[in-house]
Amino acid sequence: MTRVQDQGRRYFTFGDDGQGLKLDNGSHLGPVTLAYETYGQLNGAGDNTILILHAFSGDAHVASHPGQEGEAGAPGWWETMVGPGKAIDTDRYFVICSNILGSCMGSTGPSSENPRTGAPYGLDFPMLTIADMVRAQKVLIDHLQISRLLTVIGGSVGGMQALQWCISYPEMVCSAIPLATTMRHSALAIAFNEIARQAIMADPKWNQGRYGSTPPELGLSVARMIGHVTYLSDEAMRRKFGRRLQERSDFSFNFESDFEVESYLHHQGAKFVRRFDANSVLYITKAADYFDLTGNGEAAMSGLAEADIRFLVISFSSDWLYPTYQSKELVRALKRGGMDVSFCEIKADCGHDAFLIENERLQEMVSGFLNGVMTNGGDSHAL
Amino acid sequence: MVEIRMRFDLQVISSWIEPHSRVLDLGCGHGDLLYYLQTEKGVKGIGIESDEKKAASCISRGLSVLQENFNEEVLDYPANHFDYIILSQTLQQVYKPDELLRSLLTIGSKVIVSFPNFSHWKIRAQLFFTGLAPKSDHLPYEWYNSPNIRVVTMKDFRTFIATIGAEIMQEVAINNHHHEEKGNIVRFLTDCRATYGIFLITAK
Repeated sequence: MTRVQDQGRRYFTFGDDGQGLKLDNGSHLGPVTLAYETYGQLNGAGDNTILILHAFSGDAHVASHPGQEGEAGAPGWWETMVGPGKAIDTDRYFVICSNILGSCMGSTGPSSENPRTGAPYGLDFPMLTIADMVRAQKVLIDHLQISRLLTVIGGSVGGMQALQWCISYPEMVCSAIPLATTMRHSALAIAFNEIARQAIMADPKWNQGRYGSTPPELGLSVARMIGHVTYLSDEAMRRKFGRRLQERSDFSFNFESDFEVESYLHHQGAKFVRRFDANSVLYITKAADYFDLTGNGEAAMSGLAEADIRFLVISFSSDWLYPTYQSKELVRALKRGGMDVSFCEIKADCGHDAFLIENERLQEMVSGFLNGVMTNGGDSHAL
Repeated sequence: MVEIRMRFDLQVISSWIEPHSRVLDLGCGHGDLLYYLQTEKGVKGIGIESDEKKAASCISRGLSVLQENFNEEVLDYPANHFDYIILSQTLQQVYKPDELLRSLLTIGSKVIVSFPNFSHWKIRAQLFFTGLAPKSDHLPYEWYNSPNIRVVTMKDFRTFIATIGAEIMQEVAINNHHHEEKGNIVRFLTDCRATYGIFLITAK
């Protein structure tokens, strides 16, 4: 069932037949709704589809829809990358981006209504994995009658989904572009996620996830502040804030925010509270922590050779959440499996966030790589 | 047909490569050779380049290139993965050439090595007459800022290949100007007259 709400966002619901989506934890979830947006046109050969996977708190609105007003016409989270004539050229490619399962930006998540109780799921929502998110996306892609994806591309948690696509449905994927991502969270990454979760759960308003219309704003905002620091870098913070004071000439000698960086984090926290659900943070961060392609996963990566997927792995030099060595681990696993992989570490001082920031080198590589896959990809399959 | 504007040594190297083979180009620069091999010979090529800008420009051309240090990361490939591995004008900058060559001969069946020949008569003459460390168009650096940490002649290389238990299948001496597309093959007094030596080697 597809429901078009406005010109941009669409909703696809499945699994209302009682069966639902079978999840990694053994349970079934249904009905499942995915919010998604599409850009450009599917070509006659049906070989120009690009699936964009968003990061932890992203949504389906990856770019503005040209010529549209309101939300549909507003800039998306990857406006610099996606659009007519851009690196992911919507005049040439058919682009799909869907909100992940477990999120709160239109897709089914812990804040959705539990059909059995009529109230939001809260902690009754099943534990999810990255593979579950990809499983749901696959149902959407099937529904859109797309049999092959020219590329799956995403940064951070989006990069994990891109890799998971290659493992779960290798026959459907021509190429993958995992950006600023990892095969598994380091202890450092898990630690920051756990601090974020504890901040939410320590807020009395969280109330075991049953907070209705009075969410744990304080906890959620602290969680975002922590997350935000991990997306920046020492260099970027020095450049952006240094030790500058916020609208004052001297210290307050109390606990008001003195420094610009403090006020910036409060602002980021407050902004996040307005748009994101606290339980979704718990579920998505946990799914990211569980993700691990080493061990069995690495064997799976190495076994992809027959699928003939081309990879472009990109890391950013100041990313300390998923540092370059983690991208190199991925590259090594792919090389060992005899895969066709390209890799570049882009020098950028903006930390993990760099993949979202306009970067000419990133744009050129993605555009050139896609062009190569589009023009040569078919040939190499024929050989 | 794309216009061929490649260094003369790269033209010689590409003439040795069978169509549709698997090629690894170490220190591939902007990817001119890979691009030529891919478009003209249907080769499945991979490049390794340590410079971010050059690696990125290769990727933007649609080539498969990894930005990494091949001394450390070349061993990640499975054994006999490549038909040819190209080490063009890089040998003289390798810290452990014996280890590298042995590794290359496990992941590729043939290795093509080209390097500036240090026994060219002009270099011999410079050292003999001036007593200074030789400089030339091909080796333009001072002793203290040269990236070329290994001084190697064609004769040295032949001995070296025997030492590491490999075999030379083909050898060409060329005379060309650095980075120029024109050049010629030297057929007599090669060790004295060649500016570059190009060798095709294989494991014994």
